[in-house]
Amino acid sequence: MWDNEMITMLVDGTVDTLYMTLMSTLFGYILGLPMGILLAVTDKEGIRPNAFLYKILDFIANLVRSIPFLILLILVIPITKAIVGKSYGPSATVVPLVIAAAPFIARMVESSLKEVDRGVIEAAMSMGANTTSIIWKVLLAEARTSLLVGVTIAIGTILGYSAMAGVVGGGGLGDIAIRYGYYRYQTDVMLVTIVILVLLVQLLQGLGMMLSKRLDKRRA
Amino acid sequence: MGPIIKVEHLKKVFQSSAGETAAVDDVNFSIEKGDIFGIIGLSGAGKSTLVRCLNLLERPSSGKVFIGDKNLPDLSEAELRKTRQKIGMIFQHFNLLMQRTVLDNVCFPMEIAGMKKKEARKRALEFLKTVGLEEKARSYPAQLSGGQKQRVAIARVLASDPEILLCDEATSALDPQTTKSILALLKKINQDFGITIVVITHEMSVIQEICSHVAVLDHGKLAESGSVEALFHAPKTEAARRLILNAGSQIKQMHGKRLVRITFSGQSSFEPVIGNVVLLYKTPLNILYADTKNINGKAEGEMILQLPEDRLTADKMVEYFRQEKLGVEELEDVG
Repeated sequence: MWDNEMITMLVDGTVDTLYMTLMSTLFGYILGLPMGILLAVTDKEGIRPNAFLYKILDFIANLVRSIPFLILLILVIPITKAIVGKSYGPSATVVPLVIAAAPFIARMVESSLKEVDRGVIEAAMSMGANTTSIIWKVLLAEARTSLLVGVTIAIGTILGYSAMAGVVGGGGLGDIAIRYGYYRYQTDVMLVTIVILVLLVQLLQGLGMMLSKRLDKRRA
Repeated sequence: MGPIIKVEHLKKVFQSSAGETAAVDDVNFSIEKGDIFGIIGLSGAGKSTLVRCLNLLERPSSGKVFIGDKNLPDLSEAELRKTRQKIGMIFQHFNLLMQRTVLDNVCFPMEIAGMKKKEARKRALEFLKTVGLEEKARSYPAQLSGGQKQRVAIARVLASDPEILLCDEATSALDPQTTKSILALLKKINQDFGITIVVITHEMSVIQEICSHVAVLDHGKLAESGSVEALFHAPKTEAARRLILNAGSQIKQMHGKRLVRITFSGQSSFEPVIGNVVLLYKTPLNILYADTKNINGKAEGEMILQLPEDRLTADKMVEYFRQEKLGVEELEDVG
């Protein structure tokens, strides 16, 4: 099985998986980070309580998370076509991945920001800081370790989801695993893709944790 | 010039499932510029709520909070933020930004006020020098002791060039030695920068150490207020008496016989009053507790005496103390 063609395919699959994962994480945060900030800020314990806005965001976050990813993948095909122009391949998979990841990322951001010590926020308020300063200089800065751990978790989760997209021809390692391992009974190819996926997750997880630890100044 | 802080009919009501509770109930007082004003009360008396109403971290349910001639609840958000920059605050748990260096913590209020980074850093180093921590500029708060953290918090307050400093139980998490050094620093700041300081505490010793004026808060209400000396020599209310006697906690176990607390100030310390009274009435009396405190640089003494059982002699002794211009209080109801 180890001909050039197979190796090229596995390398391409790995690149595709990384591309899907990282693009989806990036766009997931572009949508999820502001949403998470809004959730934390408008919560009744937040710095700008707004029950109405919170309820709406809360509902959206729960709604999307309650749809199984496989179904979402099919459900959003029209949106995917409108944005990417086609419904298969790695770029097309990014769309449902972002839609699934953004609310999940928003929840993680929300919980990270809520961990920030209330006293420190009050200290900033007592100095006359406005809401924007508090969000940037206090909430996001103080929660950075927890946020980075969140990014690591998000990447791992999105990587797993991206493999699922193989079912609808999404490309990447998951696609290879399904085509060769499931449809053609080539278990060895499937095992190789699994090993690569495991290695990727371990690598990204280790990298994320190392970075967040290095940036954490809370320990003496 | 009028008082720098003036509170009128201040009330803060909290809603809970158990109904309404007034944490601060119709409180009135004013603080003159340059004073160190203490607010003392047992825990749950509403002190923290009261001090947080002074910079509107807590919005009063009703009443007025004047800072200079501005009534805080009337201000717009932008005006309030501007005014808050002139009211510094330090906290029991320091509330430093844990992910910033000491220097950047001190820079923080200047950043908020829109100062250039270079200028802010230069000034921050000056303030760190004032609190004696310039060599810790590059450290992170987690690497500092409690006392050092509070010094950083004080430097951070100075950075916003405030007129008022609110201290919310600022020494309650510190050991006695460190407390003393922080109080000395606060006193220095009061003198060198002319900053009016409001000190919230449950410890009489803190009040005696640095305050010029004091207000006693009891169950949300202002029990009494005045100079620290007056409170020490002649507390008018039960709440004040309890706080003063708390300073010598062993007194709680002394009830039973007829007890009086006498206080000396200045010159009366030189008269051998106890010796005189024993010689005069030929009856011994028992000294249960004695202490000398330094209140605003003056030596102030207090003593708890157990009087003879003979009522007539005991009355005469009390009379004698009064003639000698000592503060005398009967303590029979202390329990």
